[in-house]
Amino acid sequence: MSRQALDLALGTTIIPLGVVAYLVASEGAVGRYRVDRPTLRAWLWLAPTLVLIGGVLVYPLLKTIYLSVKGPDSEKFVGTDNYKAIFTDPSLLSVLKVNLLWIVLFPLGAVLLGLVTAVLLDRVRYERIAKAIITVPTAISFVAGSVMWRLIYTYNAPGTPQIGTLNAFLNTVLPGFVPKAWLIDSRFNNYALIFVGVWMGTGLATLILSAAVKAVPKELVEAARIDGANEWHVFRRVMLPELVPALAVVTTTAVIAAIKVFDIVYVMTGGNYNTDVIATRMYSEQFAYQNTGLACAIAIVLLLAATPVLLANRGAMRREAAA
Amino acid sequence: MSVLPRTLPREQVSIPRGFAVRHSLRRFALHAVVLAICAVWLVPTISLLVTSVRPAALLLSSGWWHIFSSPGQFTLSNFGRVLEAGQLGHSFVNSLVIVVPVTIATVLIGAVAGYAFAWMPFPGEAFVLVLLVALLGLPVQVTLVPVLQMFSALHLAGRFPAAWIAYTGYMLPFAVYLMRSFFKKIPKEIIEAAHVDGASPATTCLRIAMPIAAPALASLATLVFVWTWNDLLVSLVYLGSGPAVAPMPVTIANLIGSQGQGQELLAAGAVLSLVMPVAVFFALQRYFVRGIVAGAVKG
Repeated sequence: MSRQALDLALGTTIIPLGVVAYLVASEGAVGRYRVDRPTLRAWLWLAPTLVLIGGVLVYPLLKTIYLSVKGPDSEKFVGTDNYKAIFTDPSLLSVLKVNLLWIVLFPLGAVLLGLVTAVLLDRVRYERIAKAIITVPTAISFVAGSVMWRLIYTYNAPGTPQIGTLNAFLNTVLPGFVPKAWLIDSRFNNYALIFVGVWMGTGLATLILSAAVKAVPKELVEAARIDGANEWHVFRRVMLPELVPALAVVTTTAVIAAIKVFDIVYVMTGGNYNTDVIATRMYSEQFAYQNTGLACAIAIVLLLAATPVLLANRGAMRREAAA
Repeated sequence: MSVLPRTLPREQVSIPRGFAVRHSLRRFALHAVVLAICAVWLVPTISLLVTSVRPAALLLSSGWWHIFSSPGQFTLSNFGRVLEAGQLGHSFVNSLVIVVPVTIATVLIGAVAGYAFAWMPFPGEAFVLVLLVALLGLPVQVTLVPVLQMFSALHLAGRFPAAWIAYTGYMLPFAVYLMRSFFKKIPKEIIEAAHVDGASPATTCLRIAMPIAAPALASLATLVFVWTWNDLLVSLVYLGSGPAVAPMPVTIANLIGSQGQGQELLAAGAVLSLVMPVAVFFALQRYFVRGIVAGAVKG
């Protein structure tokens, strides 16, 4: 405890003091040399950021690329063997397939529900509280969310009291329902996990789309209504075109989240029962099987999959900001 | 903001009967859908809260909703047990030791660099900016192995400074980018007036620009705080799961992994872990919302 207190005290005092002292010291250094002073100052101000980013992002990225063409212990050069394995080994192919399921279904679920909630909440008087309910999950950890959903998906053998919320609910409303092992049965465990993701991710979509819905000019909607358009047409022909930029941002963001998904799978199933995704497999290749080469190749595949979506997302963000 | 009436006052328009019926049916459907979604969104949270206060003996025989039919059977002992035996009290402090310095460092270092980008033109600026933007949203997975090797070589793996460095570095591209765009919006006259009055660039940044950008700093701080508080992967890899340094998400993930741990302890642990972010969410909702919307793709 005292050790923690010391670390906390150090962390909270030294960092701000250090930053200020650093600025003062750089000003001293700038004054001392007969050089292009504004340029030296700018570089000094950027130096802490560049050192940190270089250390934890740029150099490691290059090293990961290097390690991905090496064997498990990073000794032998293996060329593209690790990459070939990812696209030929049946268990790795199944990882890609499961991740593809995430990439399709998670954005579909989160964006559709985000759109429905954003449009409908705009029409009810309890919008604030309803929106808080839907967006609170964006503030909690995937770990806490996973603990919640384990309570929902709990399985008990048929004939015994059902303690899991979902099985008990279905048992009550559907006569003759046979309880399902939602997280173990590979016919639907991936859908169960993806729904947890949707539950956690819809809030962000709701927030972004709701702001876009409120930015649709009221006169446009009113004019359409006066012209006799029904609500569906108002939505389809007036609202939706205005929401396209925001929808592009939300969709690309959700696809990126799906490509990188880790916590939910790691915590809820550990990647067992055919639920492994790219990020969890990369983790187990490195930390369970000590196959550094393959782990790094998997990480690079993850990056290559995310890159086009990231670029699309950047463009969508710019267009939305301009809209 | 004033709320404009959606429809014209009733006296001025005569509404046909059929329209009124259809209208109220539609209102009913609207409320039904919204309330159904809210219910699905609330049930997991309620089930967690209820489970965390039910006695362990009851959890194996009946679902959490039985607390409503047989009230009075609740206990706070789960929290006491998970704090002690589950090490969660220690983890709560570990989380603070990780998150508070990371938040301070990211905001300050990011603000200084953002200010340099906004108000200090220098050769090479465009290149550095492109590099920074390219790193926004880089999956952390591509850095895990080399960074861990580096921390091990420096004898930092498994110690708090590793987490401080890693989280701060990961958040910085976004922090700098956000602060740069915010500082650029400050009117040029204000910055120039400060310089004319003899303020050094450091004074101008710390005493003039940063107070003006306080809302942006608050959004950034809120986002960094919540994101770091909730993160599992980075702590798991660089700190390991030793109880001395493990933050709450790592400890709870371990509780799930170790069979035989009761659901009630897990639930109590999860409740404790979300007290902080949920408090931040409600207390600083405006800043939090701006932060997560701006940071949608970070990390």
